[in-house]
This record gives sequence, C-alpha cells and structure tokens, in this order.
Amino acid sequence: MDTLNLLVDGLQSALTLENLAYASIGVILGTFVGVLPGIGPAMAVALLLPVTFGLEPTQSMIMFAGIYYGGMYGGSTTSILLNTPGESASVMTAIEGNKMAKRGRAAQALATAAIGSFIAGTIGTLLVAFFTPSIAEQAVKIGAPSYFAIMLLAMVLVSSVLGASRLRGFIGLFLGLTIGLIGLDLSTAQPRLTAGSLELADGIDIVVVAVGVFAVGEALWTAAHLRRRPVDVIPVGRPFMGRGDWGRSWKPWLRGTALGFPFGAVPAGGAETPTFLSYVTERKLAGRDSEFGEGAIEGVAGPEAANNASAAGMFVPLLALGLPVTATAAVLLAAMQSYGIIPGPTLMADQPELVWTLLASLLIGNTLLLVINLPLAPLWARLLRIPRPQLYAGILFFAALGAYSVNQDPFDMAVLLVFGALGFAIRRFGIPVLPLILGVILGPLMEVKMREALDLSGGEVSGLFNEGLALFVYALVVLAIVVPIVLGRRAAPERVLEQEEVDR
Amino acid sequence: MSDATAPELEPDVGPERRVDRSQFVLAAFLAAVGLYTIIDARGLNVGFGDPVGPRVFPYLIGTGMLVLAVLLAIATARGDVAEEEAGEDIDLTTPPDWVTVGKLAGIFVLALLLVNLLGWAITGALFFAGSAWALGSRTLVRDLIVGAVLSVASWYFFYVGLGVQLTPGILDGIL
Repeated sequence: MDTLNLLVDGLQSALTLENLAYASIGVILGTFVGVLPGIGPAMAVALLLPVTFGLEPTQSMIMFAGIYYGGMYGGSTTSILLNTPGESASVMTAIEGNKMAKRGRAAQALATAAIGSFIAGTIGTLLVAFFTPSIAEQAVKIGAPSYFAIMLLAMVLVSSVLGASRLRGFIGLFLGLTIGLIGLDLSTAQPRLTAGSLELADGIDIVVVAVGVFAVGEALWTAAHLRRRPVDVIPVGRPFMGRGDWGRSWKPWLRGTALGFPFGAVPAGGAETPTFLSYVTERKLAGRDSEFGEGAIEGVAGPEAANNASAAGMFVPLLALGLPVTATAAVLLAAMQSYGIIPGPTLMADQPELVWTLLASLLIGNTLLLVINLPLAPLWARLLRIPRPQLYAGILFFAALGAYSVNQDPFDMAVLLVFGALGFAIRRFGIPVLPLILGVILGPLMEVKMREALDLSGGEVSGLFNEGLALFVYALVVLAIVVPIVLGRRAAPERVLEQEEVDR
Repeated sequence: MSDATAPELEPDVGPERRVDRSQFVLAAFLAAVGLYTIIDARGLNVGFGDPVGPRVFPYLIGTGMLVLAVLLAIATARGDVAEEEAGEDIDLTTPPDWVTVGKLAGIFVLALLLVNLLGWAITGALFFAGSAWALGSRTLVRDLIVGAVLSVASWYFFYVGLGVQLTPGILDGIL
C-alpha cells in the first residue's frame, strides 16, 4: 500500500487551489491548441513550452499533464467533426466517429470519446503509479552497458516497427543523432559540428528542434498544399449519451484500455497498433448486422479508450527509464531537461515528490478534462472554422515567439527556420518524426553511457557486452531487425487484405 | 530493405515506373551530412587515458548516414516513392505551391533580421499579418490589428507573467 500512500501524498500536494488553477489552464490551453486543425498533442506541448518558463518545475509539470490530456482530447474532437484525422492515433476514431456525426449523432460520439478517454486515462495512470516504482527500483541497478543496449533497442524498435518504411525510419533516426552531436563534447569540451559558430557550441535547444520540426515544418508543408475548399464542419450540441449508448460503450472502453496500456508502455508500441486492434476487435464482436460502417458507437469508444490508455502507458518507460517512446513523451522529456531534471532510472529516487505530483496531476487533469470539455464542446467545434491563413500565421507567430523568447536571440529564430525546412523535407519524403526526435534526445545520453562502459573496460568493445541483461537486450535488438524483415517478406499480401477490410 | 518490394504492392498509375528524382537529392544531402560528420570528427583530439574519445560516436553516426544514403539511392532507382504526409488541411492532389512557401520563408527571414531593431511587439504584428497575407488572406487591416493584439499581449504576458522582458526595440519606454 506504499504506492497508494505516495499517490495520496501526491494528490494532496497537487490539490492546492493554485495547482488546480494551473491544471485547469493546462487542460483548456491543451484542448484549445489540440482542437485546432493541423496541431497534434506533440506540437501542442512543444508550442506551449515557453508558457511555463517562469513556473516551478512541479507547477509546470502539472500544467503539462493538463496540456497533454487536453491535446489528446482535442485531437479526437477534430477527427470526429472533420473527416480528416490530424494524427495517426485518431485515424480509427475518425472512421466511425465521423459517420456518427454525419448521421446527427456527433454529440454521442464526442461523449463516448470523452468519457472513454477519462476512464482509460484514469485506469492507465493508476497502472503507471503501480508499475513504475518497481520498474524504477530495478532500473537503478542497470549498468551502463545494459542501459546503452536498452536505448539502442528503443531506437531500433521506433525506427523499424512504426511507419511504412524501415529505411525512412532509420534516416529519421540518424538525422536526429546527427543533430544531437552538435555542440561541445561532454567530456573533452571540444566543439563538434558547429562550423566554428559560438552560438551552436551550447548545442541546439531541443525545444527549438521540436517547434521547428512540428510547428514550422507543418505550417510550411500545409502552405505548399493548402486545401482551398472550405472544410465541412458538422455542428454539435452539448455531448450526451442515452442509456443504450452507455450500455454499448462500457465494454469497448475497458477492452480498449486493456489493449492500449501495454502497447503504450513498450517502445514503439505507439497508439496506432492498439487503436487498430481495438477497432477490429469491436467490429468482430459486433457481428455482421452491426452498425459498423454506418457509425457504430463501439467503433469510437474502443479506439478512443485504447488511444488514451496507451498515452498513459508511455509514462512507464518515461518515468522509470527516462526513455520517451512517443513524440509527445520526447517533448515532455525535453521540458524536464530544461528544468535540470535528469531523466533516467534515478528520477524516481531523486525527485519522488515531482513524479508523484505529476502522476496525481494526470489524474486531476483527466477529471478536469471531462468536467470542462463536455460543456465546452460546441465552442471547440467552432474553432474548426477558423480561417486557415490566420490559423497557420498564428502557429508561425507562436513558434517564432517560442524560439525567440528562449535567449532573445534572432539566431534561434534562424535555427528554427532551418528546422522548419527540415520538417518540411521529412514530410515531403515520408520520413517519420518520432525517430528523429528520439535521436536528438537519446543520442547524447547514449554516447555518455557508451563511453562510460568502454572507459571501464579500457576501450575493449567487450565492455559493452559484459552484463547478462545487455546480452538479452541485444538479442531483442537482433530480433527486432530480423523478424519484421522475415514477416514483411511473407505477409505482404495479407497486409493488403487487412487494409481492404478497413476500407470496406 | 523491404522497400524494394513496395512497387509491386502498389502499381503506379503510369505504364512506366515513376522515379522520384528529388529523392536522389535527399540521398546526396544525407551523404554530404554523413561525410561532414566524419570529417569534422577527424579534427577532434583524443586525450591521454581516454580510451574512447569524442570521435567514435560521430564516426558511427556518419558511417550509418552514408550507408543509408546509398540504400536510399538504390531504393529510389528501383522505383521507391515517398509517401507524402497527409493532414486535415492538406490537399496532396495539387502540385506544391512554392510561391507561398517562398513568401513565408522570406517573411520569416525579414522578421528575424528586424526583431532586435523594431522590437518584438512591432515585428510580431508585422510577422503575423505578413504570414496571413502570404497564405492568402486579403483582410490586411484586420490581420494587422489581430497581429498587434497578439504581439503586445504576448510581450506583456512574458514581462508581467514570466518576468522576461522581450526586446522592446523602438518602443522602448512606451511599452
């Protein structure tokens, strides 16, 4: 019951009036930004980073918890009311959700999404609170060789499993690793890849990278391909559900949660796979005469719960190992780093108060989300009509403000534009963002662990392999590379069939 | 890599395989980055008693980048086509609108050159209105007003709320 006590302590410190206010501001800002078309949760968090500059670490974490869940919820609102999901995690929600909305059941679709998100998020956060401490306890004992191996595994999984093309995944990863090299070498203080520039010697602020790649890249990419026709927004009243909708929703919520959490907690699980599995499961369980294809509420409830449960699950590797497994987690990690908090296995031991307050605020943020957003849904829906030139001009404005406010140096804006160009290029060439961001964040950490391990062994490569756990993880790395290739060769025709099933 | 099999799964519309030429440019860029990383690392000194030194990691990354560049070039030559990113406001059926992108980039550069001179409040307002104009808005006066409200409000938010004074520029003493 130790965990429970700690969580209650966390709740107590999070439940001051001031902190509740920060959580509410976070939820509202997060939803506001998340609803805006073209802005996903990762971009929402990245754009809102500067807002928390003047706050204490605890308060800013509380605000981030709100922004995080708010941004997630905002994304699902967009995909239900417009038939064009902004991020891959909402694709499955959009299939049935938008059909429900077109049949005049937008209110029920939004309600089942919101309540399902709340339930999945709450269960997920509780699971995080119960799992993380024991994992972190083990994680402290992990030596440099094994830690290096685990980071390698996360990178390989994220690059090779997610996305359509392994080659592009690795290109993204290596671009990120190269960006991570820029700056002074940590142990000898020699500049690397700075081209003699003093400004680059400090390294590139991860916030500038994230905002550049997410926000500026997205704005430029959209500018090149802006849809000139006005979009079709379905009007919505206050979300509510009838008795029948509750009856049909609660099982998919729980099944979605069960599917989503484990996928969120392992590297490269992401939200795409569990939302897809949840959709397929609900569809199979509903049988042939179901409403699937015409707007079945189960098809919104399940994937939405899976999405949020996996969003909670990602906190397990983030808090216990310092490993971000989604783009949003990577940005959150960057936020922690900017407060001098060292992510990694020692986080739980060094900053217990911060971690427990964060977990408690996730619970609070989740509850506030439900309380604030159900009544506000019609207002959020109106945001979807915001004229696109002003919307993207606003995104560029806040991106520039965020970069400029870090050091008040126009040089940072120039760097931002360069990363905007990179963000444009990776969208053009279909290179996934997550491996890139992961490379920027984990690359330097990985080098530290590698050199630590090799220093101990006097430069012998065997120093990387002298722990049992490391060997085990390397075996997983090999599997992660080999298995998809073998399966890809054999199952390529099946994947096409699967795709057809979804389209049907 | 599995990409070699991709064209068989998705037959192209045309009778001939379309080769995505700009992917060769990307491959060349990646190769250049990889090469530069390696050359840059050669100039680093390894201290005594440092068995690893600052060179090894860049060497690994640079080499990996070169390998990826070659793989990408091969895949492209075999007909690998990039899957462009879709989105809520994105219409991939039209050719890219380089004029708009160029205008936006130009306005961005102008803003970063002017920001220390004019200050955030003025630059921000012009930047917002300019970007909206580049993106096709024709309500210039309204955009200027919205931009001014945003930039002045953000200036005061940072000053009062966060204790950070953004550059006041020529409005020094007025704000």
